[in-house]
Formats: sequence, structure tokens, C-alpha cells
Amino acid sequence: MSTIVLMTVTGLGLAALYFLVASGLSLVFGLADVLNFAHGLFLSVGAYATWWAAGNLPGAGPDGWGFVLAVAFGVVAGTVVAALVELVMIRPLYSRTIEQVLVTVGLSLAGVAALQAGFGADPRPFPRPSWTQDVVTLAGARVPLDRLLLIVAAVVVLGLLLAFLRWTRYGLIIRAGVENREMVTALGIDVRKAFTLVFAIGGAAAALAGALSGVYFGSVSPTSGASLLIFAFIVVVIGGMGSVSGSAVAAVAVGLLQQFVNYYGTSGAGDICVVALLAVVLLWRPAGLAGKAATA
Amino acid sequence: MKADERTGEPHPASPGSATTTADESTSAPGAAALLQVENLSVRIAGLHILQGVSFEVAASGVTVLLGRNGVGKSTTLRAILGLTPRNGSATGSVRLGGEQILGRPTHALVKGGLGYVPEDRNVFAGLTVAENLRLAERTDTPDYDLVFGLFPELSKRARQRAGSLSGGQQQMLSLGRVLLNPNRLLLIDEPTKGLAPKVVTEVAEALERAAQAVPVLLVEQNLAVVRRLAGDAVVIAAGQVAWTGPGEQLLADPALTKSLLAVNAAGGH
Repeated sequence: MSTIVLMTVTGLGLAALYFLVASGLSLVFGLADVLNFAHGLFLSVGAYATWWAAGNLPGAGPDGWGFVLAVAFGVVAGTVVAALVELVMIRPLYSRTIEQVLVTVGLSLAGVAALQAGFGADPRPFPRPSWTQDVVTLAGARVPLDRLLLIVAAVVVLGLLLAFLRWTRYGLIIRAGVENREMVTALGIDVRKAFTLVFAIGGAAAALAGALSGVYFGSVSPTSGASLLIFAFIVVVIGGMGSVSGSAVAAVAVGLLQQFVNYYGTSGAGDICVVALLAVVLLWRPAGLAGKAATA
Repeated sequence: MKADERTGEPHPASPGSATTTADESTSAPGAAALLQVENLSVRIAGLHILQGVSFEVAASGVTVLLGRNGVGKSTTLRAILGLTPRNGSATGSVRLGGEQILGRPTHALVKGGLGYVPEDRNVFAGLTVAENLRLAERTDTPDYDLVFGLFPELSKRARQRAGSLSGGQQQMLSLGRVLLNPNRLLLIDEPTKGLAPKVVTEVAEALERAAQAVPVLLVEQNLAVVRRLAGDAVVIAAGQVAWTGPGEQLLADPALTKSLLAVNAAGGH
């Protein structure tokens, strides 16, 4: 029983990471029709910026409020980079899908190379707070606190995103734009501003995922964003393009499936099962669990 | 109408075609043109949909754009509003109040007072009625009194998802979205398409009332509605303007109506 509890919490921790990356990816694709292969770069920027801030930014550090400040710095860095990528590189290419893909793939490769050039190719130890290594007993299982931190962070981000989509004008524009972008424009709304906003929101969530993945894995490397991005894409497709709640449900399904199969089966079988789940969902509901709709 | 059309000269945009125009004496006297479309051509995916369309919309009343299915009526409205698809192009001239607007971004045109009601209503199905209306607000003082006065149903169903409304209610919502704001010109595409007769009457009444305050360029197939609303009429055939003049005159001539629109004017639609 305790093993099942531990596997469940660990799977949910993994799901939290997937959700944080996938939520922004889903909104960007649902609203702007941009398949952003550079989204993993925002995660890496957040991770490295947090790592750098914890050691160099005055007031920041590996513990307490200092760590909160370091994470905030990482999130701001990811947000700024995402907004700049949209304004400078994506915006001129909104009507050119092939070029968009080439640019975002190129940017993701260039980003990894730049991080390797700046910080080296080897993983760097991440300055995680000491309390995240503590364990609590939950239904008989000894659960590391870093898993719970990831879950709490993802739930808070999910709540904030849903509140934003439901209660703000820009949230309304995004929900409508996911459904019918042209009609939003025909109501006199410059939907490009919403594009920049969803890139920034996605960048912030991915950067937070980067900082938390550092806590979870204990290290940060230039390729960590790219490896998480693959599963985030699967989560987006399963959940339905543009649906934050769909992404949350899909992330939980993928995280738990991967964790349990990898533990009870052979290592790597979980990844195969995730791909099989993707195939089944696409056959059953081609538009994903939530479909492409203005769902918060 | 164009000056040359009012004097019965052949329409320059359709050389060699069967273009005819109405007698000047039956046109609205002194009605200055608000919208001037000149030599508008639209190509989409290699197809030449509009081939040099020219017409004018008076500064008051309803101008109806007529024609058989697939001749380019909706394409004309969409080109005016800058909604020609990415695999297409629009050339020529479109002037609103003398200002060239062809090629300007759609959102800027709408903000400038060009209201648009699309053919398929295009309400946001996942949003509530209230959210659909809130999204359309362009001023600090949206005219909810007018919208709810015309369509009390919308007020009653404010919390209902727009996707669960009937076709008629969705059309009311689509019209309500543009009527919330002050407009210089309304572009309305087949508002009665697929609606029950009772709802058609309601929509026609609403359009009639809206047209008292703002000029309308209306695409409509229902001749009973056209008869009720139309001031001027522009008939498009094969991507060109085939006839312009007072709608009353067109509908009073069954042979002309049948030849241009392939319908029996006496029986309506």
C-alpha cells in the first residue's frame, strides 16, 4: 500500500511538471496555431536563471525567502524571453506555418547550444532548499516533500490560470480566440496582443517548471527542457488544444501511467505506454479529451 | 449608386456583360455614398471570385447585395472588412467616408465603426450569452438597452452557453453584439438563413429598427425580407455587378428578378 501511495505521489509530481509545461504550450497552440518547439527553452531559461540567481543575486539563495526570490527571478526571465520570442521571431511568421516550425526548432537547438556554451554541457547541481529533501509519512508511505511542492505549485498555477481565463477580459479574449480567432478580430479586438500574453504566460509557467524540475531532479542541464517537452506535447494532444483543464487531466494520466508502468514493468515501458495512450485517445477522440474549444 | 449608373450608363466594371441599371428618377435623391467600392477583385486559391466589382452604399437605409449562390456576395463583405483568407488577395479600392480602407487590419476597421454579422452567426459556443456580449463591447457605455429591447430573449438567457441556443437565438446574439456599439456602417451577411418564419420576422424588424440609426449593407436571399428592407439593390453575377438600382424596382419586375436571381419575386423566398 505504501508503495502505491509513494508511486502515486511521485507520478503526480511528474504530472505537475508536465502540466506546467503543457498548459502554456496548449494555450499558444490553441489560440495562435503556433507549434512552439522552443517552449522547452523557456523551461531551461527558468531553471538556469533560478540556479544563477540563487548563487549571485543579492538577497537570493538556496533557502527560505532567498529561494523564493531566486525562483521569481527565473520565472521573470522565462516570461521575458517568451514574450521577446513571440514579438521578434513568431509575430512576423503568423501566416507561415512551415517557417514557424523551422524557426522554433532552430531556436530550441540554438538555445541548448547557447546554454552549453555559457554554463557547460554537464548537469549542474541545483541549489534546492534543504526542507525539500525531508519526508513526511502519508498513508504509511514516506513521501519526499519535493513531490508535494511540485503538486501544490501546479494546483496553484491551475487555479490562477482558470481564474484568469474565467474572470478577466483577456481571459475571455483567449477563450473566444481558441474557438474562433477570426471572429474575435471581427469584433474589433487586436488578437495579436493576446498572442504575446499567452506566450508570456506559457513562458512563466515553463520557467517555474524549470525551477521546480531542478528541485525534483537535483540538477539542471541544457537539455532538460527538450526532454520534458516531448511529454508535454503528448499531454497537450491528449488534453485537447487550448484547454488548460484538459491539459491538467491529461498530465495526471500521463504522469501516473508512466510512473506505475516504469516501476511495475520494465524501465522505459512507461514511455511506450504513454505513446500507446496517445494513440488510443486520438482514435477515440481526435480533438483530445476537451476538444478544441473555449474551455478554461 | 454611382453617378453613371443613375444616368443609365453601362456599368464600367462589367464590360460586355448584361449589366443594367435603374432609372435615376427611382433612386434615393441626394443620398450621399458612405461606402464606395471600386474595381474590387478577389482571388482565393487561384480562383477569380470577384472580377472588378464596383458599387456604392448610401449613407442611410439598407443597401442589399443580391445574387445566386456562390457568386461572391459574402466574399465581397469579407473583402471590405479585410477578411480575405491568407491564400487569397483583394485588389481595387474600398473607401469609407472617403478614406481608403482596403488592406487595413480588420480589428482597426471594426473599431472605426464597421460592424459585421457573419453568415454563420459565429457566436462563441463555449461562452455564455453575457460573455459573448461583453466580449463585443467597444465603448464604456455599450447600449444594452437597445439590444435587450430588440431581443429580450438574450437578457433571459444571459447565463446560458451560446452553443446551446437555437439558430434564431444565436442570430439575435450575433446581431446584438454589433448593435451594442456605435457603428458607421453594418455589414450583415444572410441574417435570416435557416431561420423559422416567425424568427425571420423578428430579425427583419430588428434590422429595420437598426437601419434607422445606421446604414446597412445586407446580403440576403429572402426576397420578402429584401422587399421589406431594401432601399438600393446591387446584384452580383459571375463575380461582377450585373444590376444596380432601387430594390423595389428589381422586385417589381418578375422577369428581371428571375433572370438575375433565378427566383420568383412574386412568391418571395
